[in-house]
Amino acid sequence: MAINPQTQSKVLTREPVINDFAFSVATKNGSGSQTSNNVLVRSLFRMGIPVNGKNLFPSNIKGLPTWYTIRASKDGYTARKAITEIVVAYNNDTAPEDVSNLPPGGVCVTTDKIARVINQRDDISYYEIPVAKLMRQTKVPSAFRKLVENMTYVGAVAQLFDIPLDLIYQVLLDNFKGREKPARMNHDIVELAYHWTAENIVKTDPYRFEYMDGTEGKIMMTGNDAGALGAIFGGVNVVAWYPITPSTSFVDGVISYRHLRQTEDKQNTVAIVQAEDELAAAGIVVGAGWSGARSLTSTSGPGISLMAEFAGLAYFAEVPAVFWNITRMGPSTGLPTRTSQGDLLFTHFLGHGDGRQICLMPGNLKEAFEFGWKSFDIAEALQTPVFVISDLDLGMNNWLSDPFDYPDQPINRGKVLSAEELQDFIDEHGKWGRYMDVDGDGIAYRTIPGTEHRFAGYFTRGTGRDEMATYSERSDDWMATMSRLRLKMDTARGMLPQPVSDTGSDAGIGIITFGTNDDAIREARDWLANDGIQTNYLRVRALPLASSVSDFIDAHQSVFVIENNFDGQLTQLIRLEHPENVSHVRPLALGDGLPMTPTWIYENLKEQEG
Amino acid sequence: MPPRTNHLGLARNEYKGRPTTLCPGCGHDSISNQIISMAYDLGLEQHKIIKVSGIGCSSKTPAYFLGGSHGFNALHGRMPSVVTGALLANTDLACIAVSGDGDTGSIGMGQFKHVIRRNVPFVYIIENNGVYGLTKGQFSATADEGQFLKYYGTNHMPAIDLALEAVIAGATFVARSFSGDAKQVQALLRAAVRHPGTSVLDIISPCVTFNNAETSTKSYPYGRDHEIPLHEIQILAPDYVDAREEITIGDYDEGDIIDVEMHDGSFIRLKKLDNDHDPRNRRQAMDVLERSMREQIFSTGLIYYEEPRPTLADTEELVETPLARLDAAGLRPSEAVLDSVMQNLMAG
Repeated sequence: MAINPQTQSKVLTREPVINDFAFSVATKNGSGSQTSNNVLVRSLFRMGIPVNGKNLFPSNIKGLPTWYTIRASKDGYTARKAITEIVVAYNNDTAPEDVSNLPPGGVCVTTDKIARVINQRDDISYYEIPVAKLMRQTKVPSAFRKLVENMTYVGAVAQLFDIPLDLIYQVLLDNFKGREKPARMNHDIVELAYHWTAENIVKTDPYRFEYMDGTEGKIMMTGNDAGALGAIFGGVNVVAWYPITPSTSFVDGVISYRHLRQTEDKQNTVAIVQAEDELAAAGIVVGAGWSGARSLTSTSGPGISLMAEFAGLAYFAEVPAVFWNITRMGPSTGLPTRTSQGDLLFTHFLGHGDGRQICLMPGNLKEAFEFGWKSFDIAEALQTPVFVISDLDLGMNNWLSDPFDYPDQPINRGKVLSAEELQDFIDEHGKWGRYMDVDGDGIAYRTIPGTEHRFAGYFTRGTGRDEMATYSERSDDWMATMSRLRLKMDTARGMLPQPVSDTGSDAGIGIITFGTNDDAIREARDWLANDGIQTNYLRVRALPLASSVSDFIDAHQSVFVIENNFDGQLTQLIRLEHPENVSHVRPLALGDGLPMTPTWIYENLKEQEG
Repeated sequence: MPPRTNHLGLARNEYKGRPTTLCPGCGHDSISNQIISMAYDLGLEQHKIIKVSGIGCSSKTPAYFLGGSHGFNALHGRMPSVVTGALLANTDLACIAVSGDGDTGSIGMGQFKHVIRRNVPFVYIIENNGVYGLTKGQFSATADEGQFLKYYGTNHMPAIDLALEAVIAGATFVARSFSGDAKQVQALLRAAVRHPGTSVLDIISPCVTFNNAETSTKSYPYGRDHEIPLHEIQILAPDYVDAREEITIGDYDEGDIIDVEMHDGSFIRLKKLDNDHDPRNRRQAMDVLERSMREQIFSTGLIYYEEPRPTLADTEELVETPLARLDAAGLRPSEAVLDSVMQNLMAG
């Protein structure tokens, strides 16, 4: 019986739900589901539907369960939803639990084989796809069949929830960089499942996708790619790194965009070195920064731990370099593939002895790009390491964004003296010393190796020194150095990205956060407002904290600090920096390894406030 | 009488650094002096040289030579990574780096091996005394097996031979010398600064305070009595054309002289002594080092040499302008480039 799938009647039991629901695709790691999920997300993006895709994956190459959540939101909310209405249950190990997690009225798309191990619920819709049977009908060579098997759910989902087949083909074609053969092979399976579903399944759920204009002019990419692109536009010269999840794809991003900075004869202006460990990666970027290049490393918690000694040296010796920390769950090896905001305090205080590191905390794609280039200007202007603290959620997941703005400031190399400028300096001040603070802002003038002047050379060390960079164990020299470094950090506060705030109402409740909780908080605040609870909001974007943070705290009777770590680290930092009048500042700290949901924020804030 | 000057018009004094703070008679100071003489004699421009070190007695020494150069006394065992970054940032720079046997043979063994593997072109000097001086006399990993030290008693572990490790790691220039042999140290330094690859100089440099007993192979008495140079070394400058043409460049077996041409046209001339060591033979180099260790023979000279492989910067295919000297246009693509990237990412 041939039925035109476009005109098949569908049994709708409830009011249709359009462009406002979430999927969870449960598969086994390494089964090739990444392409399938990517195709679904990209197709919805092209239909104009605001969408996100978050991969909740195991630290494993093959076999362990992995979930990919896709949320469509006509209102543009892109935080992870606590509840997903639809599950594609393609992993027999997790299928029973996946089904039991569905809300009443939910949908389970599964294989006929897995369906047998699921305890059937009578309050959800089941759609069983005979995957093995369909795969036997394909012309796909047997060697490739396992790789494309997951395309069966793409076809079924496309039919059930209305994603056009030709759009999927276009996305596949782009996914394979225009190569028709693999696109065709995958699409054959999609088509097969699409038509089979049309002919054999009676739709009983209310969920559907429809074209809309919510993504016109928007881009979709990962935060690691955005940061890498930012670094390219920030003039990065030397990248040194050691592979570690979830930061590896940051350097992959730099590699893929390196050509944007090649000369006409294909010579590179960016050197990329895979080091033997994170210690060496840190040493390479510190050496390069000292020698006058813009240098960057990207790592995660265990790597940051190894970089602590170099971070302290660079802080004290005043060497610019940029360190990205794509945070994952710690302590220790922790949960390598789960997101976290648990490195805030460690990164800020990285290095032994006294001192604080400059940290930038992007909360979205645009900021990942912006801090990608700006971090170099800050590092060179302040002659100090800059740590950009992102996380796995931003780094590795696909986010929706407006296109990035071209840098609005010219490149700032900071106080670097050329041979002529060095002579002018000496003429004016009688001498030049690497650590002389003639401007009173805590920032001295430096020379870089290769400067052709007999007094340009100086000796950099992690040991005590005076302002002429000469070895010194004198207490007064040491105290002078520390005082100047503190002054430099105070100068930094005004130079760093200021908090983003929404203080439009005279609400008594203030919410403070940093990083990627932004989307979930935005949605939770809307829900709270619907309940008549007004809130104001401030998102910190840099450490040391801006002075406006204490103004915000003083202006509210009740302040919640929402953060995705267990200890409430930003709360601790606020209490440390603003010890007066903080009894009304309370942490809403989670740290469960997953991107925060608006539901958790809404429920916990109401409970605490109630 | 005005002081003697080199072809840059500089006196030897102008190649000095700050006064040393090491123990009087320390072998390290002799090496610093040879670096000063070498740079003065060759008329090297100090602003084109960087000095980098790790941590330890030896690593303090860059403060005591070439005061006009930028110096970086970095972290214990991590000098090689700092050098890697500094030289990638500016390929016009030459680098003289100083490390010790603790700095290289223990805490820094990983970076030592990997910087050689990457072939970063610099002079890697190990001032090797077999003992930790700054912490007052512990054995290092290069200490002789069976050696007795007041602080710790007898060392029961075999020594690590850093020259052998360098050959195995793929170094293209490996030499061993004795700080008391000024002439040989000087000649090796001259050859090493010309070599466009990692040049490893393992220089036995006695610790007069903690390890100068006659029984130690890293003492002055032992070094003086047991040093067996593999050959006499001479460096012939590139303009030494006549002399070069006169020399028969054949197999070592056929004559008493071996000339090794370097990339800049200069020659290392090795005059055969009491042995047949050919530094171009990797197997032989390893044999010499292994036999020397086993028999506690103190063989010095150019142990191993080969045509340099591409450097790290070569394999990175970098622009000619040093990265540190690129202007704003070289650092930031245009707005049109960003627009085009954005267009490709758009939903359309």
